Amino acid sequence: MNKNHRVPSNRTLNAVEVKSKFGAEFRRFSLERSKPGRFDEFYGLLQHVHRIPNVDLLVGYADVHGDLLPINNDDNYHKAITMAAPLLRLFLQRKEEADYSAFGTDTITRKKTPAALAAVLLRPDVNKKKPPVIISLPKDFRPVSSIIDVDILPETHRRVRLYKHGQEKPLGFYIRDGSSVRVTPQGLEKVPGIFISRMVPGGLAESTGLLAVNDEVLEVNGIEVSGKSLDQVTDMMIANSHNLIITVKPANQRNNVVRSSGGGSSGQSSDSSTSFYNYSTPGLMAMTPSHIIQNYEPDEESEEEEDLVIEADRGTKLILQTGMRATASTSMPALPRYEPHLDLRPSNGTMASSASAGSLNTHDRGLERPNLEEDGTVITL
Amino acid sequence: MKRFRRHGHESQKDKHKQDLYQFNKTVEHGFPHQPSALGFSPSLDLLAIGTRSGAIKLYGSPGVEFMGLHDENAAVTQVHFLPNQVDMVTLLDDNSLHMWTLQAHNGMSELLEIGRFTLSGPPGAPPSVTRVTAVLAHSSGELLLLGTEGGHVFVVEVPGFRELEENNISVENVQNRIPEDYVGRRNLECVEALHENPLNPRQVLIGYSRGLMVLWDLDRQRPIQHFLGTQQLESVWWMEDGVNILSSHSDGSYCQWTVTGEDPQTEPEKQETPYGAFPCKAISKIIQLPSKQGPPFLIFSGGMPRASYGDRHCISVIHSKNHEALDFTSRIIDFFVIREGENHKGEPSALVVLVEEELVVVDLQSEGWPVIQTPYLVPLHCSAITCSHHVSSIPLKLWERVQAAGALQNTHYSKKPWPIIGGQNLAPDPPQRDLLLTGHEDGTVRFWDASGICLYPMYKLSTAGVFLTDADPNDNMNQGSEGEWPPFRKVGCFDPYSDDPRLGIQKIHLCKYSGYLTVAGTAGQILIMELNDEAAEQTVEATVVDLLQGQEGFRWKGQARLDVREEPVLFPPGFQPFALVQCQPPAVVTAIALHSEWKLVAFGTSHGFGFYDYHQKNNIMVKCTLNPSDQVALEGPLSRVKSIKKSLRQSFRRIRRSRVSMRKHHTANAAKLQEINARLEAEALQEMELAPVQRKIEARSSDDSFTGLVRTLYFADTFVSDSSHSTPSLWAGTNGGAVFAYVLRVPSLERRAEDPVVAHAAKEIQLMHRAPVVGLVVLDGKGAPLPEPLEVAHDLARSPEMHGSHHLLVVSEEQFKLFTLPKVSSKSKLKLTAVDGSRVRRVGVAWFGSKTDEQLESGLVVLTNQGELHVISLPSIKMMVHYPCIRREDVSGIASCVFTKYGQGFYLMSPSEFERFSLSTRWVVEPHCLVEAPLQMRLKNPSSPVHRDQLDGVPTEHRNFKRESEGYGVLQEIQKSLEGDQTTFLENNLKTKPKGNMLSNGD
Repeated sequence: MNKNHRVPSNRTLNAVEVKSKFGAEFRRFSLERSKPGRFDEFYGLLQHVHRIPNVDLLVGYADVHGDLLPINNDDNYHKAITMAAPLLRLFLQRKEEADYSAFGTDTITRKKTPAALAAVLLRPDVNKKKPPVIISLPKDFRPVSSIIDVDILPETHRRVRLYKHGQEKPLGFYIRDGSSVRVTPQGLEKVPGIFISRMVPGGLAESTGLLAVNDEVLEVNGIEVSGKSLDQVTDMMIANSHNLIITVKPANQRNNVVRSSGGGSSGQSSDSSTSFYNYSTPGLMAMTPSHIIQNYEPDEESEEEEDLVIEADRGTKLILQTGMRATASTSMPALPRYEPHLDLRPSNGTMASSASAGSLNTHDRGLERPNLEEDGTVITL
Repeated sequence: MKRFRRHGHESQKDKHKQDLYQFNKTVEHGFPHQPSALGFSPSLDLLAIGTRSGAIKLYGSPGVEFMGLHDENAAVTQVHFLPNQVDMVTLLDDNSLHMWTLQAHNGMSELLEIGRFTLSGPPGAPPSVTRVTAVLAHSSGELLLLGTEGGHVFVVEVPGFRELEENNISVENVQNRIPEDYVGRRNLECVEALHENPLNPRQVLIGYSRGLMVLWDLDRQRPIQHFLGTQQLESVWWMEDGVNILSSHSDGSYCQWTVTGEDPQTEPEKQETPYGAFPCKAISKIIQLPSKQGPPFLIFSGGMPRASYGDRHCISVIHSKNHEALDFTSRIIDFFVIREGENHKGEPSALVVLVEEELVVVDLQSEGWPVIQTPYLVPLHCSAITCSHHVSSIPLKLWERVQAAGALQNTHYSKKPWPIIGGQNLAPDPPQRDLLLTGHEDGTVRFWDASGICLYPMYKLSTAGVFLTDADPNDNMNQGSEGEWPPFRKVGCFDPYSDDPRLGIQKIHLCKYSGYLTVAGTAGQILIMELNDEAAEQTVEATVVDLLQGQEGFRWKGQARLDVREEPVLFPPGFQPFALVQCQPPAVVTAIALHSEWKLVAFGTSHGFGFYDYHQKNNIMVKCTLNPSDQVALEGPLSRVKSIKKSLRQSFRRIRRSRVSMRKHHTANAAKLQEINARLEAEALQEMELAPVQRKIEARSSDDSFTGLVRTLYFADTFVSDSSHSTPSLWAGTNGGAVFAYVLRVPSLERRAEDPVVAHAAKEIQLMHRAPVVGLVVLDGKGAPLPEPLEVAHDLARSPEMHGSHHLLVVSEEQFKLFTLPKVSSKSKLKLTAVDGSRVRRVGVAWFGSKTDEQLESGLVVLTNQGELHVISLPSIKMMVHYPCIRREDVSGIASCVFTKYGQGFYLMSPSEFERFSLSTRWVVEPHCLVEAPLQMRLKNPSSPVHRDQLDGVPTEHRNFKRESEGYGVLQEIQKSLEGDQTTFLENNLKTKPKGNMLSNGD
């Protein structure tokens, strides 16, 4: 995930590749990053390229974190353009059919495939009855950390989840060997333990305020660290870095979460955003079809979908290229301000087309990445 | 009901596991690290070596070996066999004595420690009083005489270690009759030597450090004669005749004394300084043995002129007009001479020398005293091992050709058979012929017969001849000119100096069916070789392959490419190079693959990979995997060897390091990725040393160093682009978690020479956990790994199942992931690091079978950075079993591990020793040997454990024994092997106490 952020700041690329999807159709074109224009021009362009001039649209885009965010004014339109890296994925819905619940945190992260997204977006029968919930729009924030499992842990312990995905911030902490005193039937006993030794200023760990130097690490993603070496624990944490859940015994025990007795019956999380076992917001859960969420195992899936596969299949490539040309020819004469989307890497033909070829595949999300890498190779060297 | 059934299923699974897998460390190959003591039993014909880490190893005839380890972590300083017994005493650095015996158990012998003892002095005495410096195992087999630093001699009864205080010989007893003016009067210093009169076991010679020697009568407990030596004593030797005594001294002289009965004797009969005139170093040990043909053999170590040759490690052998100073490359630990004849009193036949890095046996009966090749204890590390490769079940034809090529290289060895022949090897013949290939720092590849217990050298291949190097090939081992004094002769093969570290071998791949071999080295060189039974003179054409594809902004600060000899080179029979690929930049080759059927070689470095058609001799494809932000890879991680001066400096540093620490040694000379990792880790560690040891927790990014480094390459005939037609393909995995696949078009056999091989990029997989890809395997329609090239053609494997879908198994350091083919989608996975924090270091495909069932199952054998071995089932990728194997601190041990195709493996337990292990129940190579007790011993000593064995249940055992046909054969063997006059006795003994005749045991 973090790959998305590895856009070199000195990029010479000035074009934003746009892939717009309406129903089962999509269109591709490109915009100039420096001169995105106004939202209403953009809106008109979308109606034009999709050839739906008189349809009222709700425009959404997938941001770098995979969340579906709306575009309905100049501000969020510009934000979308600047954040595109470099592909901007748009999802258009008819206003009357729009499913507002799809917008917001973690929607796409969970189910990144367009099929799943479509399942959320295009289910008029479920969503029609619901009144549009405008209050929560736009959700331009997301959790960076949370305390979870408060109900099942002793009060002296704290289970912290760090949301590394999509963050440019480093995880930013160090661990060390140490020893802690445990109470055993034989009396007090000194046992070796792993402790947080240092926080990187500005790092994710520090910014959460939930972890501190000298906190003892007890578990990493549900696995006890006792008996493991510092190197093993380091490797475990790094292997789980995309979704790191560490259970600590804070050095400072004064700020512990006090459990409300009998209050929340669910008691699954101390904040509204997540818990380990079910980490969608309760609100969202109520609104979306339950089977989508429930069939989902957070830990497994978030990784499973991530491996990126590029297939250099000739057939697909052909279709794509014609598709692209068609798009270009339609958009160009009408709106010359928007430059047609061209192959950005003429120097590396095969891989370029194969990379773009993949765009037709289901592995939409990852596709920009090889592009980036390949570009980088060509441009920087 | 359901639960019940499931339970039954579980236990069945467990039984299945027990049938297939078991873990054993079976045998240690090579030369013991840091040997510190040598012992020999003429009666058992066994050799014993003690090491600084407290290990004790016994060797007899090839295949007979035993190993023991002292609980104390102290060096073994002396090893003494009790004459004519199966017992042995060791003295450790911590002044403890240990009694070991070879005990019978299930028809095999086993080395067991049966007692330990530390001398206790009178209360209040300083520790030096009881600090043992000399040990004499008395020929009666019942007494140990222990000389100490304080000058006393303690007498101890063995095997029970009972102190016989009344027999102790104190300094006072000895000093009584010494003249007042003798220099040694006040302080005799420690007991340097104890020697028994060869004719009268009741007389013992005690040599003191100051030079005094005393002849002591054990019965009457009084001195017989004093020899008033004035030089610091190093050793004594009592000659065969019982009349003459030799003493060697610290000034490089030796003296001869005569036992006359006149007391005291103030002047030696004869005094000589063999390399005299100028000051000489000490003669640390001297031996003189009679010879029927004329004068005796005089053999001594040391004594070299201090100023000019004080740094040489020499043993001088003088016989008649022959005089040689055998010049060893490492420090001499000890030596002994083997003598012919029934009682081992005949002609000296061989000189056995233990030096720090090897065992050298010199044939004293052949002209020129040639060296006898050792069947075991071979110094694997004569040049440091940089990589290894194992090939199972070698076809007989190839085996014989390699053997023949090797035989031509060994003409300088003695034709005499190996002289140490104690015990019997009862291990069954190895089921197959296995080769272990080791790559070395000096550019050689050594072929070892790894089929059985002895790792025997078969053939040595040198790649240095292809290149122009600084060193002149003729200048090293050559002897000095005529008339040089002392008359040096280089012996032994340990030579840690590398002419040019760029020659170092990093990867080896041998195709056992076609005899093609590729080796790849430190400076990006890949040699493709062919086995030729004739010598041939040819020019090796080099193809330079630019892995950067002309990218700009690149600075390579590493080593230069090797220069290739342009003139034809004469290659001896054996593997001869016919093609050479040189990567540009010339970085360490990190992966190779050879497909002998398609005649392709793939290679990878930290910059990218490519593959080469060795039939048409052209390079087909190059892919740069370099990450532009990776500065370390760009500039070359190893700026090595820029000048001879620097290389010399490095060599010296290396030598020093090898003495200090083996781990560092390895890090320095092998540039494999593991080593890089280890070094980076070590550097990080050094930084940390200022602060408390801590580790940074940070997600891996594509910016990390060496993400483009190619870790693994794999050829497969599988379904890459469509599910109906399989095509040849090449797969590559990188350090950054990327997998690249290329579809190849290989022309048909008829058109192979004309049509080009074509490659198309087909797929690219980026693992999101970004861990290095260390293994790629394609599983066929039945879930079995694809066979090796040509394996099916030779009817040695069933053809792969091409119906049903193939799967790609990607092994990263952190996970095992199975993908479908041709459309790559994840099917199943097994996480390792996220769950237990360990990482995959080594991986191999192996076949397992139970002892009873013919059916074989494939599995993945994995070694982690924690030193644990795992077996993972295929295609279900489930953990089956795991065993701790190597200490996790032993980084070089873990990095050196190789697996065989049948669940065995090797790793370097020290720079010079391979530990062999087995995970299989069906394929286990371990010693299985028997040592018979010397005859004298059976007559006495009813208290010994061996004897006790004989006493109980004699008739039953006898019957049991006879029933085993194998055992009966063994009996006959023993009879044959024994000398004529002893046979009658043995037969008698066999009839009554069959089992006691052999010490058997097993493990």
